[in-house]
Amino acid sequence: MADKTLIEGIREALDEEMARDPRVFVVGTDIGPRGGVFLATQGLFAKYGPKRILDAPLAESSIIGIGIGAAMNGLRPVCEIQFADFIHPAYNQIANEAARMYYRTGGQYPVPMVIRAPYGGGVGGGLYHSQSIEATFAHVPGIKVVVPSTPADAKGLLKSAIRDGNPVLYLEPKKGYRMIKGEIPPGDYTVPIGVARISRAGADLSIFAYGMMHHFALQAATEAAAVGIDAEVVDLRSLSPLDTEAVLASVRKTGKALIVYEDNKFVGYGAELAALIAEEAFESLDAPILRVAGPDAPAAPYSHPLQEYFMVNSKTILAGIRKLAAY
Amino acid sequence: MDTQTPTIANPPAETLAEMYAMLILARKLDERCWILHRQGKIGFHISGMGHEAAQIGIVWAMRRGYDLLHPYYRDLAMVLACGMRPTDVLLGSFGRQGDPSSGGRQMPNHYCYKPGNVFSVSSPVGTQLPQAAGLALAEQLSGGDRVVVTCVGEGSTSEGDFHEAMVWAGVRKLPLVVVVENNEYAISVPMRQQMAIERVSERAGGYGVRGVSVDGLDMLASYRAAREAIDIARAGGGSTLLDAQVVRLTPHSSDDNDATYRSAEEKSALKARDPLPRVRADLIARGALTETQALDIEARALIEVDAAHRAAEAAPYPPNAWALGPVFA
Repeated sequence: MADKTLIEGIREALDEEMARDPRVFVVGTDIGPRGGVFLATQGLFAKYGPKRILDAPLAESSIIGIGIGAAMNGLRPVCEIQFADFIHPAYNQIANEAARMYYRTGGQYPVPMVIRAPYGGGVGGGLYHSQSIEATFAHVPGIKVVVPSTPADAKGLLKSAIRDGNPVLYLEPKKGYRMIKGEIPPGDYTVPIGVARISRAGADLSIFAYGMMHHFALQAATEAAAVGIDAEVVDLRSLSPLDTEAVLASVRKTGKALIVYEDNKFVGYGAELAALIAEEAFESLDAPILRVAGPDAPAAPYSHPLQEYFMVNSKTILAGIRKLAAY
Repeated sequence: MDTQTPTIANPPAETLAEMYAMLILARKLDERCWILHRQGKIGFHISGMGHEAAQIGIVWAMRRGYDLLHPYYRDLAMVLACGMRPTDVLLGSFGRQGDPSSGGRQMPNHYCYKPGNVFSVSSPVGTQLPQAAGLALAEQLSGGDRVVVTCVGEGSTSEGDFHEAMVWAGVRKLPLVVVVENNEYAISVPMRQQMAIERVSERAGGYGVRGVSVDGLDMLASYRAAREAIDIARAGGGSTLLDAQVVRLTPHSSDDNDATYRSAEEKSALKARDPLPRVRADLIARGALTETQALDIEARALIEVDAAHRAAEAAPYPPNAWALGPVFA
């Protein structure tokens, strides 16, 4: 089977779900004839037309608000935020409205909608095309947050998100859109939300990562093996709900936890993981919980050497592995 | 102010009496809520007093229970007209299990009534505007003919969500009527500090949307203006921004003291603008109502509110588990 890219997985999921369910439509900026700035919707406007692929005015809050209303009136919106960095004007509609609607109506009005957003740095995007926003939204009850790191998961998780009866924030590691390649299984399949995956079994320590950082963590684990360190890599895939059992089981097996995320370290997603492990698996730990994360500066700068200095990569992860393995 | 199309007829006399009865029920229930709050029996109330004539006129222009209503917290008369009973409202005020809006989760007057196609009120008013545009967009995409009516105060027309929703409404010619219940105050901030225009309806032109201002103290003028807007929307003619000029007879909410920003003279002048005596006199003059009927309607409303009060106060609180969910469908 020929390898495909991560963004092909996303496009196939959108195409197949739109073909399967006439209620599914996509709304966002530049997604029509342009096919999206990353070409995630390439070809879909020609195939499904302007009633299924809707170019929106440049107004992120309304892209989400429109989605909420359409979802409450029987449709299945997939709302695209062009870059995760642009999601902030829509925070109120996501956190105050979409995520609370089911609770605040005592279950009368579910909001089955997907919010797709390319996130993360390393693409020369500077402060406003590089951000990681997962912690902000994983903190909010009522919305699920998922991040694929392989083409197969990109397709299967997006299908699950579209079929879910709740708001799902689907974060796309844009640096990996074409860099990450892999097989996509044939036929209609889904990857369940809330289930992590051990992508590399190991005995010496556990690495927890997601998205682009999972890709780099696997590279670092391979390099670590060459120097005799057997690292296990867990691809979280779903940040909320988190597969806590998978995390704890891995820590209990290896006794060491390395948490990798490219977002700013302080109050990042990995802080919650560290707290979980400390609370629930303290007696299994043979070393402090270690985090390799982005610096506490606003976001990856544009200038190439500055960006490379800022970003977590396989080398910084490998350094973390060696430090943790030395305990 | 746009002139009203003379072709829109008023409802027949027997309907006018029904409208009046609903208006009185809303007022009596609203008054009871203030009393219950001052007695310390309920934790909060936010009022629609002074807005009722506009609300009743507008809601009667809808196909109630068929068209979609995304209201805000002052729309007591509207949600009653869409099928909520006074007991339903008071169950929310008392925070009891049977509250159909939210099961005691939301603050009082944050209405939701699915059987009447009434969508859930959020405290930050204005968030429902893009959502209402989304309801209307789904209707348009699905080929349905239901019209969406959504209501906000004039304060919310300063929000970005108002602008964004109006952009959609204009560009897509959505079957949407945006009602602004303009009471000239955003809590304490007067209209002249909120906008540099004379009428909220002037905002519509920038979006390619019809803008209409109407005397919201006149129930039948409100009905006709809304009916025209709804008919146009249903026929595919697009959205209307309907500026219903009303009066807020009360403080912003039970927690507000409007004496800090409205003079005694202004407050006493408000009472002269109360729409109820005017509606009653108008309907009597039209032969749609008699003095005796009006008294009978008030008596019946009080009986209904009394019964609702007793039922709601006696109803059980929700179980603790309701604090935790449901979070996900």
